[in-house]
Amino acid sequence: MNFQAVKVIYKFEMLRTWKTLLQSIASPVVSTTLYFVVFGAAIGSRIEHIDGVSYGVFIVPGLLMLSILTQSISNASFGIFFPKFTGTIYEILSAPVSFIEVLLGYVGAAATKSLILGLIILLTASAFVPLQIAHPIWMMGFLLLTCISFSLFGFIIGLWANNFEKLELIPRLVITPLVFLGGSFYSVDMLPAFWQKITLLNPVLYLISGFRWSFFEVADVSVLTSLTMILVFLGLCLGAIFLIFKTGYRLKQ
Amino acid sequence: METIIKVSDLCKSYDSGFEALKGINLNIHAGEIFALLGPNGAGKTTLISTVCGIVSPTSGSVEVSGYDIVKDYRRTRELIGLVPQELTLGAFDTVWNTLQFSRGLFGKSPNPAYLEKTLRDLSLFDKRDQILMSLSGGMKRRVLIAKALAHEPRILFLDEPTAGVDVELRKDMWKLVANMRESGVTIILTTHYIEEAEEIADRIGVINKGEILLVDKKSDLIKKMGKKQLVIDLREPISEIPSALSQYNLEIANDGRSLVYLYDVKQDRTGITTLLIELREQGLLLKDIKTEESSLEDIFVELVRR
Repeated sequence: MNFQAVKVIYKFEMLRTWKTLLQSIASPVVSTTLYFVVFGAAIGSRIEHIDGVSYGVFIVPGLLMLSILTQSISNASFGIFFPKFTGTIYEILSAPVSFIEVLLGYVGAAATKSLILGLIILLTASAFVPLQIAHPIWMMGFLLLTCISFSLFGFIIGLWANNFEKLELIPRLVITPLVFLGGSFYSVDMLPAFWQKITLLNPVLYLISGFRWSFFEVADVSVLTSLTMILVFLGLCLGAIFLIFKTGYRLKQ
Repeated sequence: METIIKVSDLCKSYDSGFEALKGINLNIHAGEIFALLGPNGAGKTTLISTVCGIVSPTSGSVEVSGYDIVKDYRRTRELIGLVPQELTLGAFDTVWNTLQFSRGLFGKSPNPAYLEKTLRDLSLFDKRDQILMSLSGGMKRRVLIAKALAHEPRILFLDEPTAGVDVELRKDMWKLVANMRESGVTIILTTHYIEEAEEIADRIGVINKGEILLVDKKSDLIKKMGKKQLVIDLREPISEIPSALSQYNLEIANDGRSLVYLYDVKQDRTGITTLLIELREQGLLLKDIKTEESSLEDIFVELVRR
């Protein structure tokens, strides 16, 4: 195992975050704060409690997930896309590193950034609404698993994309709609029966449901189902990355 | 002589069907400077990229220091440093940071003293805190060399290292290459500037259309392939070659003031002595005599045209 390689990739990716602090941390925090102001304080005060939780508090886990999913994908995809775009990927390909070291460095840094962001947003939320976390360990577990698995997914997008348009395509056209329709701002029970069944096909629903359960002990699906789904997603991403590195798809000629 | 790189029946076909390498067999000796010559698109970069792990071979094998580049890629890659042809550098890192990155990537623990020496050798130390995108093309080329040396490789690949660089950098680079060779580093460079190969290489390989046409010592190559010419400057110009000298296949040059005699260095009897006697008998007075050897360029052009 080449630990030095993991260390330098991780260190340099984190260095990029500090250099682009406004874009990496401040921008998602500001946009999430706006959601709290609009949905939590302005509109939320006129909406009834959901499952015994006030609307402003209810949307906290969903908003957190929205930021974490999009930022994990964005950080990890850009992290590996940029060396491909500039051509500096030659250095990674000619170095004595396996896909595990590359993953630990790039995905580790992207997941760390998302985790820091998630915790900052959580602190920001607690300034607007009275927040309680029923199961803090489960909450941290879900947060961590989500950061890792969606950073892995972002890494795949970064490897797959061969232009900036493709880099933005999946986060904007697939992930954001899935998060919005996955119960970020509502409980699935509020939907008509037919749409409830359709929503069950949305993988993000399981993430938000499990995460929300760790806060309020209310969930659309069982917490174990949520955990299983996220672990399956993580496993699929790992398998896909293993295959990409083994075959050299979009990496080697 | 110890073989440090052994390329056996190496083939590479791209998805488009283009065969970049067609069964390459090549041995590189430890500690030598090997120049791979070839025109654009000959397969030089593909060959280097395959040895370094950037391009996957279609068939065949490569061993570096006895280790297979696929099975034992960690051992082979840590021995190799690569200076790519393109100026591929990040944008926002500093020179110092990018060197630290390169060293760490190859599994080496930090060594600021070594990195400082490398930067000083390349006249880059003053630029260590500058961000990469602010550097000139020549400086970027130096940074690429420094990055390739950051992990103290035993084999250095220089892919078209002097393409578009100024005279000063070229001189610095060859000085560095000479120093590295003295410390036992094997250097493989690709170029289509033949005078470079002629100046610094120990052995030369010529590649064209994915095939190695020949590999030989520079001096032997010139000896084997080369032709020499004897240029005889005359005191008085002549308008035609005397008939008694017709057997020598002479040419008139310099408005009749010189005679050029082409001969093969491989022959024991070059005919020079009898030619000179014959010239005296014909009453031709000589002003000067000199010999000229075919350059590597002449040999290269001849090989590639075949």
